[in-house]
Amino acid sequence: MSSNVRFTDFKSDKQPTWCPGCGDFGTMNGIMKALANSGTDPDNTFMVAGIGCSGKIGTYMHSYAIHGVHGRSLPVAAGVKLANPDLTVVAAGGDGDGYSIGAGHFIHAVRRNVDMAYTVMDNRIYGLTKGQASPTSREDFETSTTPEGPQQPPVNPLALSLAAGGTFIAQSFATDHKRHAEIVQEAIEHDGFGFVNVFSPCVTFNDVDTYDYFRDNLVDLADTDHDPTDYDAAKEKILDSSKEYEGVIYKDESSVSYEQKFGVDQDMSDIPSGAPDDAMDLVREFY
Amino acid sequence: MPADFNWAIGGEAGDGIDSTGKIFAQALSRAGRHVFTSKDFASRIRGGYTAYKVRTAIDPVQSVVDRLDVLIALTQRTIDENLDELHEGSVIIYDGDRSTMADVEIPEGMVGLDIPLKALAEEAGGAIMRNVVALGAACAVADFPIENLDSALQKRFGGKGEAIVENNKKAARAGLEYVHDEYDHEFDYDLETTDEDYVLINGDQAIGMGAIAAGCRFYAGYPITPATDVMEYLTGRIERYGGHVVQAEDELAAINLALGAARAGARSMTATSGPGIDLMTETFGLVATSETPLVIVDVMRSGPSTGMPTKQEQGDLNMMLYGGHGEIPRFVVAPTSIDECFWKTVEAFNFAEKYQVPVYVAADLAMAVTEQTFSPEAFDMDEVEIDRGKVVDDDSIDEWLDEEGRFQPHALTDDGVSPRAFPGTEQGAHMSTGLEHDELGRRTEDRSMRVEQVDKRDRKVETAKETEDFSPREFGDADSDTLILSWGSNEGALVEALDFLEEDGIDVRFLSVPYMFPRPDLTEEIEAADEVIVVECNATGQFANVVEHDTLTRVKRINKYDGVRFKADELADEIKATLDAEEVSA
Ligand SMILES: Cc1ncc(C[n+]2csc(CCOP(=O)(O)OP(=O)(O)O)c2C)c(N)n1
Ligand code: SF4
Repeated sequence: MSSNVRFTDFKSDKQPTWCPGCGDFGTMNGIMKALANSGTDPDNTFMVAGIGCSGKIGTYMHSYAIHGVHGRSLPVAAGVKLANPDLTVVAAGGDGDGYSIGAGHFIHAVRRNVDMAYTVMDNRIYGLTKGQASPTSREDFETSTTPEGPQQPPVNPLALSLAAGGTFIAQSFATDHKRHAEIVQEAIEHDGFGFVNVFSPCVTFNDVDTYDYFRDNLVDLADTDHDPTDYDAAKEKILDSSKEYEGVIYKDESSVSYEQKFGVDQDMSDIPSGAPDDAMDLVREFY
Repeated sequence: MPADFNWAIGGEAGDGIDSTGKIFAQALSRAGRHVFTSKDFASRIRGGYTAYKVRTAIDPVQSVVDRLDVLIALTQRTIDENLDELHEGSVIIYDGDRSTMADVEIPEGMVGLDIPLKALAEEAGGAIMRNVVALGAACAVADFPIENLDSALQKRFGGKGEAIVENNKKAARAGLEYVHDEYDHEFDYDLETTDEDYVLINGDQAIGMGAIAAGCRFYAGYPITPATDVMEYLTGRIERYGGHVVQAEDELAAINLALGAARAGARSMTATSGPGIDLMTETFGLVATSETPLVIVDVMRSGPSTGMPTKQEQGDLNMMLYGGHGEIPRFVVAPTSIDECFWKTVEAFNFAEKYQVPVYVAADLAMAVTEQTFSPEAFDMDEVEIDRGKVVDDDSIDEWLDEEGRFQPHALTDDGVSPRAFPGTEQGAHMSTGLEHDELGRRTEDRSMRVEQVDKRDRKVETAKETEDFSPREFGDADSDTLILSWGSNEGALVEALDFLEEDGIDVRFLSVPYMFPRPDLTEEIEAADEVIVVECNATGQFANVVEHDTLTRVKRINKYDGVRFKADELADEIKATLDAEEVSA
C-alpha cells in the first residue's frame, strides 16, 4: 500500500448521473476520503454495492468493485474479505437495498462481524424507482405507492444492528464532510463489521427528510458526553426517536472479527497447480 | 450361489439404521468386496420407515437390483415394504421380543430367524448394541468372516475407547453364535474375501473431495437434503488447505458469498438442491454477466416446490440449462457415477476459470447419498490438473490496459475470454457489474457494445467446443442398431442392464452423456441407429427433448418419476418392452 494516496485516486472518470444536489455525492466523497486516510489504495480496496441510486456509488469510484443485485451486497462483501483478508472492503447501499430486500442479510452480516465497513445511504425513500416508500419512510409519508403513507412504523436500523449484536454502530450526515469521513474511517478501522447509517437526502422525491430537516434536528454526539463504549447509553440513544444522532453511537472495543475468530487469514487466490501433496490422504480416509 | 448378495436393515428412523448399514458396508469393503449401498428414507428424523441396503459382489457393482437375500427387520413394516424384493429362501432376522415385531409374519418360503437381539446385546454390555448383534447374525447367515466386521467396528467406535470396541465385538459374536447354535439351517451364501483395498465413498463426498483436489478454498452453503453432505465433508477439511466454509443465512447469501470470494480470486463453490437453485437463480445472472468463475452444485431431488425431499429425480435440467432472465451462457456438467462426481468437479473448476462462466454440476440424490467401493486409484490425485485460465499479474497486465492505462476485464477477444486480475494486482482495479457494460466493465446501453459483449460471452461456448472433449462415455455394442442415451446416475443401472440384455441375446449401444451444455453433437450416432431410447428420472423427458431439438429426430423415452432410482433388472425389462412394442407395431 502506498502512503501518498489522495482521495481523488478513488474517483473514476465516469460522471455521476445522480440528480444535482443528491446526498449521495457527499456520501461518496466522504467514503473516498475515509479510504485514503485509512491508508489503502485503489488496487487493494474492494467496493461492493447493491441496486438503487445509492448502488451506483461503486461505478463512480475507482477500485476493485462489484455492483451486485438488489439487496445482496453484504454477502458478496463478506466473500471478498474472507477470500482475501488483506483487502479493505466497503459495502454501500440504500435503505431499500439494505433494510428491505436485504434485511435478512443485514442482520446476519452484523452477527457474522466480518471486518468491513457498511455504509447505508438512507434517504428514507426509493430513489431509483422514482419515489416509493422505503422501510425508513415515516408512517404518514405520502408516496406514489402509499398515498396515505405506509402506516407502518419505520424500521430503526441502529436498533436492528444493536439487537443483532452489532459491534460498531454509527450515523453520519452526507454534507457534514469532515465528520462523515471521520466516522466512516473509524468504521473501516474497526475490527469487525463497521456499520454507518448515512443521512443522504433525496432532493427529488423526499421533501420531508431534507437537508434542512437534518440540519435542524441533528445532534452530534461529539458535542455531548456520550460514551460509545457504554452499551446502555448507546441503547438509550438508539431508542430515542425524538432526535437524529450523528457520530459513533456504539462501539464494542472487545470485538473480534470473524476472520480472527476462525483463523481465516490467507489470500485464497494462491493455489498450487495440482492437487495438494497429501491429497491421497483424503482418499484414504474412506478405507 | 448368486454372484451378488443383497442385504438390508430396516426400521424406524432413529433406530440407528444408517450407522448399522454403514458398518456392514464398511466391513464388506474392508474384506475386499465391492459394495453398492442405497437408502430408503423419509423426510423426518424419528419414526417413519427407513432402510439401508447393501449389495455386494467380488466384481464391481454400480446399481441396485430387485432382490433382497437377507433382511434385518426391526419393524413389521420393514418386511411389508420390501416384500417385492424378498424371494423364496430370503432370510429375515428379527427380534420376536421387540414390541414392533410382536405379531411378526414371515412370508411363505422365507426363513425367519428369531434372535433375542436386545437380550444378547444387554449381555454383551448394553441394549444399544442390538443392531450389532444382528450384524453378527448376518455374518453367520452369509458365511462372512466376522473378523472383517471387527475391523469396521474398530473404525466406527475406536474413538470411543477400546472397551466400547470390545463390547461391540462381543455383541457381534453373540449374534453369530446364536445362529450357529439355534439354527442348523444350510444357508446358500458364502461371502468370500479378497486382498483388495477399496474405499467406500458417496457422491456428495466425492464432490467435496474433488473440490479440495481442484484447489477450492471457499465454500458457502445452506443446508438442504441431499446436498448437505458436501458441506459437511468440506467443513473441517478445507481449513487444512487454508480454505473456509461459511454456513450462510440462506441460498441467496450463499451464492453471493461464493461470488465475492471468486471475485477476490478464490476457487469458490456452493452446493444446493432445486429449491436452493431457485433462490440462487437471481444471482446466477450476475455471475454470468460479470464473467465470474463459480461452481454451483445442484444435487437434484424430487420437485417441484418441496416435492419429495428424500427422493430421486432428475427434474432440474431445464432450470440449469435455461433458468434466469435474459440469455446467459453457462456450462452444465453432469457426472454419471460416483467417481465421476470427483472428476467432473475438478473439471468444473477448470471450465469455470478458463471460460469465466458459472458452471453447474448436476448431481442427483441417487448418487449423492449412495456409497460405492472404488480402488483408491480411481481418485488418483496426480492426475488432477489445475488451469486458472487468463489470469494477469503486475507484469502481464500492461497488455490489457487501454490508452489511458485502464484495465479491461471485458476486453473483446477472439476466443471470447478476457483477462482476469485478482484484487491487489497493480493497475487492475476494475468494476464488475450485472449491468451491460463496456470493455472496462462500466455500464453501457450503447447498442453496438451490447451486441459485442453478448457475442463475446457466447463465443466462449464455441471456443470450448473446439478446445474441450465433450464426448459421451460409451458402453455396450458399438455396432448395435439400438442406441440408449442417458445422463446422470442412471449409468450404473444401465451398464448392468446391458448384461441382463446380453443374456437374452440383445445387444445395445449405450452412450452416457456427462455434458449437458456445451454438449456433444449426437446426430451421427442417432442417425446410425434404428432405435433411440433416452432414459432419465423425470416425467417430461427433459434430456430427450434436448436431444430431439439438437438432432431433429424423434426418440423413445423411458422415464421414471416415482422417486425411486432405476434398478438394473427392472430397466432391462423396460428396454425389452420398449423394443418389443416397436416390433409389434412394425
Ligand atoms: C429484485 C429486484 N427488485 C426490484 C428492483 C427495482 N429496484 C431498483 S432500485 C430499488 C429501490 C432502491 O431503493 P434504495 O435502496 O432506498 O436506494 P435509492 O435509490 O433510494 O438510493 C428497487 C425496488 C430490482 N432492481 N431488483
Ligand atoms: S432520485 Fe434522489 S436519491 Fe436518486 S439521484 Fe436523485 S436525488 Fe439522489
